[in-house]
Amino acid sequence: MKFDTPATDNPIDQLKIIGKPTDRVDGPLKTSGTAPYAYERHDVVPNQAYGYVVGSAIAKGQIASMDLKEAKAAPGVLAVVTAASAGMLGKGDFNTAKLLGGPEIQHYHQAVALVVAESFEQARSAAALVRVQYTRSKGNFDLAKSLDGAIKPPASFGAEADSRFGDFDAAFASAPVKLDARYTTPDHSHAMMEPHASIASWDGDKLTLWTSNQMIAWSVGDVAKTLGIPKEKVRLVSPYIGGGFGGKLFVRSDAILAALGAKAAGRPVKVALQRPLIINNTTHRPATIQRIRLGATTDGKLTAIGHESWSGDLKGGGPETAVGQTRLLYAAPNRMTAMRLAVLDLPEGNAMRAPGEAPGLMALEIAIDEMAEKLGIDPVAFRILNDTQVDPEKPERPFSQRRLNECLTMGAEKFGWKDRSPKPGLTRDGRWLVGTGVAAAFRNNINEKSAARVRLDRNGMVIVETDMTDIGTGSYTIIAQTAAEMLGVPLTQVEVRLGDSLFPVSAGSGGQWGANSSTAGVYAACMKLRTAIIDKLRFDPADAVFDKGKVRSRGKSIALAKAAASGEIVAEDLMEYGDLGQKFQQSTFGAHFVEAAVDAATGEIRIRRMLAVCAAGRILNPKAARSQVIGAMTMGAGAALMEELAVDKRFGFFVNHDLAGYEVPVHADIPSQEVIFLDEVDPTTSPMKAKGVGELGICGVAAAVANAVYHATGIRVRNYPVTLDKLIDKLPDVA
Amino acid sequence: MSVAAVSVASPSTVVAVPNKAAARPPTARVAFNVNGTAHDLELDTRTTLLDALREHLRLTGTKKGCDHGQCGACTVIVDGRRINSCLSLAVMHDGDMITTIEGLGLPGNLHPMQQAFVVHDGYQCGYCTPGQICSAVAVLDEIKAGIPSHVTADLTGAPTVTRPELRERMSGNICRCGAYSNIVDAIVDVAGGKA
Repeated sequence: MKFDTPATDNPIDQLKIIGKPTDRVDGPLKTSGTAPYAYERHDVVPNQAYGYVVGSAIAKGQIASMDLKEAKAAPGVLAVVTAASAGMLGKGDFNTAKLLGGPEIQHYHQAVALVVAESFEQARSAAALVRVQYTRSKGNFDLAKSLDGAIKPPASFGAEADSRFGDFDAAFASAPVKLDARYTTPDHSHAMMEPHASIASWDGDKLTLWTSNQMIAWSVGDVAKTLGIPKEKVRLVSPYIGGGFGGKLFVRSDAILAALGAKAAGRPVKVALQRPLIINNTTHRPATIQRIRLGATTDGKLTAIGHESWSGDLKGGGPETAVGQTRLLYAAPNRMTAMRLAVLDLPEGNAMRAPGEAPGLMALEIAIDEMAEKLGIDPVAFRILNDTQVDPEKPERPFSQRRLNECLTMGAEKFGWKDRSPKPGLTRDGRWLVGTGVAAAFRNNINEKSAARVRLDRNGMVIVETDMTDIGTGSYTIIAQTAAEMLGVPLTQVEVRLGDSLFPVSAGSGGQWGANSSTAGVYAACMKLRTAIIDKLRFDPADAVFDKGKVRSRGKSIALAKAAASGEIVAEDLMEYGDLGQKFQQSTFGAHFVEAAVDAATGEIRIRRMLAVCAAGRILNPKAARSQVIGAMTMGAGAALMEELAVDKRFGFFVNHDLAGYEVPVHADIPSQEVIFLDEVDPTTSPMKAKGVGELGICGVAAAVANAVYHATGIRVRNYPVTLDKLIDKLPDVA
Repeated sequence: MSVAAVSVASPSTVVAVPNKAAARPPTARVAFNVNGTAHDLELDTRTTLLDALREHLRLTGTKKGCDHGQCGACTVIVDGRRINSCLSLAVMHDGDMITTIEGLGLPGNLHPMQQAFVVHDGYQCGYCTPGQICSAVAVLDEIKAGIPSHVTADLTGAPTVTRPELRERMSGNICRCGAYSNIVDAIVDVAGGKA
C-alpha cells in the first residue's frame, strides 16, 4: 500500500481500542521476569558456552604481539578468538570502527579477543591471562583544540551541513538587540540497563543470533557483511530488548564475537558485553561546542538566527547534527547554520535519543531564554511571538500541524507561570533558591516503510508478525491495538510476534518513527486481510463491518473463526510513502516547564516539578506514550544535571565507564511528572494519523532545567552538565 | 607496600604451566531454598548468587545489568532482606531462603506489586523491572519494620510511606527508561495509596 494522499476516514478512526490508555500486553511477562532477553535463552539451543571480551588498553596504534598461551591453557577454555585467528572480516555499513580490532587499534576498549570457556567464571578468569603488547600512536582526543582542523562534513539524511537564508551577516550586524554565546554539551552514554548481548549458533553455514537489537534488517545485513556470508544465511531474533536509546541500532561486538566464538568452539556461544567495557566499546552521543547568534528588534521579533556546531568522530564518522532544529523552529528572515566535524580518536560517536535535537536544543533553548531576558519579554511570550507556521527556509512549505504556541500557552496555564517573577534570584524557600524554566521541544516526524504479515487462524486468533522491535516503547501493545481495531476483535484475540528476521521487514525502532510507521505497516496488512476474509465469505466489500469478532454484511453476521474454518487466512503488505513528507514539514512539538531549587549554601540542585505538553499527532496508547515522555524527561534531567563522559585527553578514553562513574538519574532525582497531550490528528503522516513522541520528550528538557536554575540563582551556566561547582562561587553570601 | 615486603611476598620462582586437570577450579556444595524449592548445587566457588540463579537454576527473571552492584537489576530477597545478588557469592547462602521475581508471582497469578507495576506502567523495557519490584516489596517491609532511611526526619519515630521515603529507598535501582514517577505511584498504590 502506498500512502501518497492525506488519510481520510478509515477503521482506525473508530477509536474503540486505538487511543485508549492500555496496559502493555507484555506487562505480565516483564513484571514477572519471564520475558526472555537475549542472554537468557537457555531454551533455544543446548550446550551453550560462555564468551568474555578483552578490550584494547590503548586508544590508537597497533597490537605488537599477543600471547594467548596461558589463556588457552586455562581451565575450561574452549577457544580464543582474535583478529589474527578470525580470518578476513568486513565492516558493517552502519559501523565506523571495526568490531574486532587488530593489528590496527581504532579506539580504547575496541574488542581484541574473545575467550570462550565452559563457564562464565572460567572465561572471565582466562580473559585476564590474554597478554597483549601494544605500540601506541599519537591520537587526537580534545574537541576544543581541534576546531581549526574541523571540516565541513558531507550532507547526511538529505540535509547539507550548512544553510543560509536571507542575509544573516548584515541582519545580525544591524540588529538593535543581539546575543552571541557559546555553549558546550559533553559526551553522553546510552547506559541502557541490558548490556549488549548475543547467543550465536551455527547450523552448517547458517547462523542464528539471539540478540538485543533495535533494527533487525539493518543488522542482518551488517552481520552478513562483517562475516562475509550471504544475508540469507543469517537469522536474527530479538523479541525483548532491555533498552537501546540508539545504542542498539547497530551490530556490536557481542554479536560478531559470539558468531566467531561459536565457529571456533564448534558449539553455541553466548556473550554479554561486560558493563565496564560498554561505554568505550560501543557508541555514544558526541560532545558539541555550539555558537548561537540571535538578532532581534526591540519589540522582540527575531531578525537573524545563526547556529554553528562543532563535534568530533572517528575517521569516516559523522557529525552530531545539533543545528537541525534551528532551521525550522523560529521565524526570522535572515538565517544561517553550519556544522563542522573534527577527527577524534575517541570511541565511535553515533545516534542517541533525538540525535541532533537533544544537544542542539540544550543550547538553543538557553539562548532563547537569554534573548528574552535581554529584551525584557517573558520567555513563553517571546517564543510565541516568533512562531512560524511555514518552513522558514521554504515559506511555500507549511507545517502539516504546528501547535507549539498551544503547548506553551497550556503549559504556562497549568504550571502557574503567570505568578513568576521576571527577575531571577528572588524566590526563597528556607535555604532553597527557587526558580522556574521553560523550553520548547521540537523533533521531526519521519516515516519509514514497514511491512507486516497478519494471520487469522481457525480459532479466530489474529496473529501479527513483523520484524519490528519493542525497546520499551510499547510496540507490542500498539501493534495489537491496531490489529484489534482493524479486525474488530478484542486485544485478547490478538497475538503479536516481533523481532525475528523471518518476519516481514519493518521500520524498526529509531528516530521516533517506530510507532507510526510500524502500525501503518500493520494497517496495510490488516486491510489486505479484511479483503481476503470478505472474499472468502463472499460478502459485499462496500458494507462489510468487522466488529465484536464477527463480520457483518447485509444482515448476515459470521464469526471470524468460521471464516478461517477451512484454513488459516494470511495477508502480508508493506506501507510505503509518497511525497507528503516533502510537501509538508511534519514535526512534533512540545513545551517543557521545570521548577528547580538550589541550596543557597551548597549549590545542590533539586528538580521539584516537571510538566510537558506535547502535540504529536494521534496518540495511539496514551499510557505508554506518557511513559515515553516521562522517561525522556528523566533522561533530559540527567543531561541537565549530571551526565558527562569524562575524557582522558592524554590516553583517549572515557574515564567514568560504568554505572557508578557515569551518573544517570535515580529515583531520588525525579519528582512526580506531568504530561499533557494535545488532541491532534495528522492525516499527512499515515492512515494512523500519528507521529512519534519518544524523542520529542527529551528535546528541550535540559534547557528548561538550566533555565530554571538560572531563574533560581541568577547564574547562567552554558556548559553542561549544570553542577554545583559551576554555581558555588557565584552564589550569594550565606549570612 | 615496602620493597622488603615485595621480596618476601614473592619467593616463588616456579611458575607452573597450568595443567587443565590439576588446575580445575575449586567447587563447593551449597544448599538453599529458592521460591519454596530446595536446591543442592555443586558450584565453582567464584559463582555469584546471581549467576547461580540465572545460569544454573535458569531463573533468568533476576537480571544482570552491571555485575558490580551499581544498578540494582539483580535485586533478590534473602531471608526477608533485599540484596544485590551480583555482589554475593552463591556459597555464602547455604541454608538461606531466597525469593526471586518468579517467586513473587507469575502471569495469571501476579503479586499485588507486579500488578500495580502493570497498571501504573512502572516499566518500559522491562530489564530493571524485576529488581525494582523485589526492592519495592522489601522497602515496604523495611518501613513497616521501623528501619529509618537517609531522609527519615525523626529517627526515634516510626517511618511512614511517603514519596520522599520511597524515592530515597528505591534509589539503588536504576531505571534508564525513566519510569520512576510511575514506579513510585505503583508502590504508593500497594501501600494503600496514603502518600
